[in-house]
Amino acid sequence: MENKNVLVIGGGIAGMEAARRLLQLGCEPVIVEQSDHLGGHVAGWHKLFPDMMSAPELVEQMAAGLDGVTVYYRTRVANMNRLGSGYSVMLSNGMSLQCGAVLISTGFRLFDASKKEEYGYGVYDHVVTNSDLEAWFGGAPDDRIPDSPARVAFVHCVGSRDLKAGNPQCSKVCCMTAIKQAIEMKEKFPSAEVWCFYMDLRLFGKKYEDFYIAAQRDHGIHFVRGRVSEVSEDIHGHVVLKAEDTLAGTPVKLNADLLVLMAGMLCNDDTQGLARMVHADVDSDGFMRSRDNIYRINESNRPGIFFAGACTGTKTVPETVAEARAAALDIYNYLNGRD
Amino acid sequence: MEGIDFGFGLSKSSSVQLDKVDLTLYRRLEALEPGVRVCMACGSCTSTCTAGPWSGMSVRKVILNLQRGKDVGRMLSCCMLCGKCTMVCPRGINTRHLILSLCRIYEKV
Repeated sequence: MENKNVLVIGGGIAGMEAARRLLQLGCEPVIVEQSDHLGGHVAGWHKLFPDMMSAPELVEQMAAGLDGVTVYYRTRVANMNRLGSGYSVMLSNGMSLQCGAVLISTGFRLFDASKKEEYGYGVYDHVVTNSDLEAWFGGAPDDRIPDSPARVAFVHCVGSRDLKAGNPQCSKVCCMTAIKQAIEMKEKFPSAEVWCFYMDLRLFGKKYEDFYIAAQRDHGIHFVRGRVSEVSEDIHGHVVLKAEDTLAGTPVKLNADLLVLMAGMLCNDDTQGLARMVHADVDSDGFMRSRDNIYRINESNRPGIFFAGACTGTKTVPETVAEARAAALDIYNYLNGRD
Repeated sequence: MEGIDFGFGLSKSSSVQLDKVDLTLYRRLEALEPGVRVCMACGSCTSTCTAGPWSGMSVRKVILNLQRGKDVGRMLSCCMLCGKCTMVCPRGINTRHLILSLCRIYEKV
């Protein structure tokens, strides 16, 4: 290895896991993280399906493997150029680095639910997102969540599978997240009626279908196949949902005390800026374009630029971790002149 | 034999033979408004329809019935062309144009 330095852009779980593995392989990873903590979105989550593992504990466990890795917090990549066989990088903190390879692990951003004005996020008193609810499960106070709600409604596909929101793809984790959170709400408020409004239930992963069965059988959660078209607020402060029960073929309304919007995943805008610096391709969905989507997901079209995690598309936590490990090995082989 | 009453009758089957459906109307609509192909039957149009709860009007059902070779003329007459369904469609289908196109097709039938 001529240059063992590897720049890891983004200190979420993809960047953390890749850095840990690169360190084990004898490389010298440097993590650049724009926030003041590692773990990204997962650090702010409460519990992870399907094992209901504590998300902060997972991040803590992963961080323990990073002894010896340099991490720059509150830092961004200001500029990045091809130089010789590697990359010359300038950081926003004034540091400059010469790297043999770069890993883009910038993850995703959550769809801004207030853009779907018809759902009233930020307008009505009792509308939260999946992310808000997870923070509340984790102990953060939230005035929008009533003390003892009689009815809680979850709306799937908020800003996903929505051409009008500029986001045609399925965010894929939200169906499962909605069912997980619906069960958690039912456990907190056993007398509450919990409703999920979905277009299609996409429960593709190991044990996901078990959650669905448990939600029906053990928790009595109601499922309505229909997309909520609009939400209003009545004089008592309840949210009123309108949908079509497409299986019964009839329009339906529901008065609820709390509405939870399953906001989808989008690519980080910043990632596209990074892509431009090194002439890496952005895909038609706004995420980074891999060399292919089957065999070389970790590789970009540029030498020495690799991807891990949700920067190339929506991913679950285990998928992200597995990709980060694969990317670390790809980078190690690249630096050693092997394909 | 025809006149004999056996005390029971035969009900007509509501089952649709998919390979024998008459898609003439649907194909004509496709030609005028190709957006009809991308409907995923989410029901947003129907739930937001001003006329729907009282008249049974449902763009989703109109599309589905056409795909199954059924007549939708009566349903259409309840549409007020307000266009709310066009605003909420997540697939961006111009449902208002779809309904107007169908009206034109029915005029010529």
